[in-house]
Amino acid sequence: MADLKIRNLQKGFDGTAIIKGVDLDIRDREFVVFVGPSGCGKSTLLRLIAGLEEVSSGHIELDGQDITDMAPARRDLAMVFQTYALYPHMTVRKNLSFALDLARVGKQEIEAKVANAARILQLDALLERKPKQLSGGQRQRVAIGRAIVRNPKIFLFDEPLSNLDAALRVQTRLELARLHKDLQATMIYVTHDQVEAMTLADKVVVLNGGRVEQVGSPLELYHHPANLFVAGFLGTPKMGFLRGTLNRVEADNCDVQLECGTHLTLPLSAAGLSVGSTVTLGVRPEHLNVVSTGNGRMQVTADVSERLGSDTFCHVSCASGEMLTVRVRGDFAPRYGDTLTLDFDTAHCHLFDADGQAVAKPLQQAA
Amino acid sequence: MLTLKQSRRLQSLIIGALAWAIAAVIFFPIFWMVLTSLKTEIDAFATPPQFIFTPTLENYLHINERSDYFAFAWNSVLISVSATLLCMCLAVPAAYSMAFFETRHTKRTLLWMLSTKMLPPVGVLVPIYLLAKQFGLLDSRLALIIIYTLINLPIIVWMVYTYFKDIPVDILEAARLDGATTWQEIVRVLLPIARGGLASTMLLSLILCWNEAFWSLNLTSSAAAPLTALVASYSSPEGLFWAKLSAVSTLACAPILIFGWISQKQLVRGLSFGAVK
Repeated sequence: MADLKIRNLQKGFDGTAIIKGVDLDIRDREFVVFVGPSGCGKSTLLRLIAGLEEVSSGHIELDGQDITDMAPARRDLAMVFQTYALYPHMTVRKNLSFALDLARVGKQEIEAKVANAARILQLDALLERKPKQLSGGQRQRVAIGRAIVRNPKIFLFDEPLSNLDAALRVQTRLELARLHKDLQATMIYVTHDQVEAMTLADKVVVLNGGRVEQVGSPLELYHHPANLFVAGFLGTPKMGFLRGTLNRVEADNCDVQLECGTHLTLPLSAAGLSVGSTVTLGVRPEHLNVVSTGNGRMQVTADVSERLGSDTFCHVSCASGEMLTVRVRGDFAPRYGDTLTLDFDTAHCHLFDADGQAVAKPLQQAA
Repeated sequence: MLTLKQSRRLQSLIIGALAWAIAAVIFFPIFWMVLTSLKTEIDAFATPPQFIFTPTLENYLHINERSDYFAFAWNSVLISVSATLLCMCLAVPAAYSMAFFETRHTKRTLLWMLSTKMLPPVGVLVPIYLLAKQFGLLDSRLALIIIYTLINLPIIVWMVYTYFKDIPVDILEAARLDGATTWQEIVRVLLPIARGGLASTMLLSLILCWNEAFWSLNLTSSAAAPLTALVASYSSPEGLFWAKLSAVSTLACAPILIFGWISQKQLVRGLSFGAVK
């Protein structure tokens, strides 16, 4: 069992608030990812859970026990650091067994646990080597192994893949997902990479400026972002935004006049907003289509295109100067400066009020 | 015109020659001391200085007859080693807290510690002499051990602090999460990682203690006198005996020189620890 409850957690350094009141529930066996831009407080939050930073106010409970002021050693949590933090003077075997050794676990049990972790992570051949004799990926596996042998209540990962090259990162990401399934353990993972967040998490916690912006499953966040920040942060390429004004508000639809001149009717209930209020329309690249002239709703000018083979991401600028990205299946290469006509998949458009909060979207519209 | 390869070679030749020249200048006093110790007193005073002469060991024999070299050497060893160990025992926890639990005052504390080294020792000679007398520590090894520990402490803390600063704090945090107590964290993780730096710090401390003369001359006379006191006893009112003085100096330098030579590898590694990381 590993249920973690965080209540009104705050942390400041020298008078600057880093974590500004976080409430969070993490259930047993969940893979939770803290994601957000640099400086949003995600690593600090993880370090507060680990006990490596002192809490300014608030509570952290693990399985009903208050661990807010408990020493890191007594929390029964294991952490994998961004820099791996292996003990450079010890062999891989010693690195793996160090925690068990400190806990005075029997020799045979230590050997069995080290052997098991080495088998899971394919470290058998490396046990007698020192960390400096290992590659980045191998060091990463030793760092994970060091956590596994302890069988902790919660695994904490602090940007564990950011020092690996792109190919190894993808591979290790898959291994981590597999490891979570095999170990059935509770894991908290910090990253600034939203692809890692989307692919690994059962639950994503989006942080910004020391506050939780939204908590939910990856697809929930993708399809129902609570605000402009989450909408813009998740998804590659990111969601495009167009400013506009509400023209008409009905119970189940509304009309938006965009600054770029286009008029759209959206199947959204903007009941809380009045006619004339400023709104922002959000549309993901896959919900925009390039159509032949005459059938479209908006004329745009082609900027650069990124041709990936399977897809092409066309960056286009609207009459208002706002930029959008359009995903086109297959290869498509408009010339720089060409005029294109776009159509909107209005069922998948998002609307945000002047404060950046999402206008309620009927749930059946989720992808 | 020189090709790139030739100019590189020329450059390395010049640098090599310069390095050898500087090394020769540094080594010359030691070479001259050993050479003089093998001369007779008359040869030692000769002008111009003699490079070719009949070597003799009479100065060494004289020293052996006049004083018990090993008693002085033993005092030097005992005092230097004890002061170094005591100094490390105090410096490691101090540097640990300053390197890994830095506060707003850490930098100022470090500077203040170093500033105590700027005080001329003679300024505190009288109070320290009176204190030593009061506590019955005149001509005792303990007095020198305490004083050497205290005068070297600022520099040793600075050095250990610098080595500790090079160690990523993540490693210590990993140990903390692995269940290590502060003691285990220091003894099983921090010290083994910093051992190169600690070894060179200890060697420096040993050398500083070994060569210290001001306090040993003022606070000891016979029972606790180290080799520096033995050397000084050869510059006496009866006259200056260059050859004998050189012989006794050679004997005083030899142990620490040999020890330094043996630990050379460790020392170089320690001193370049931060630079080549």
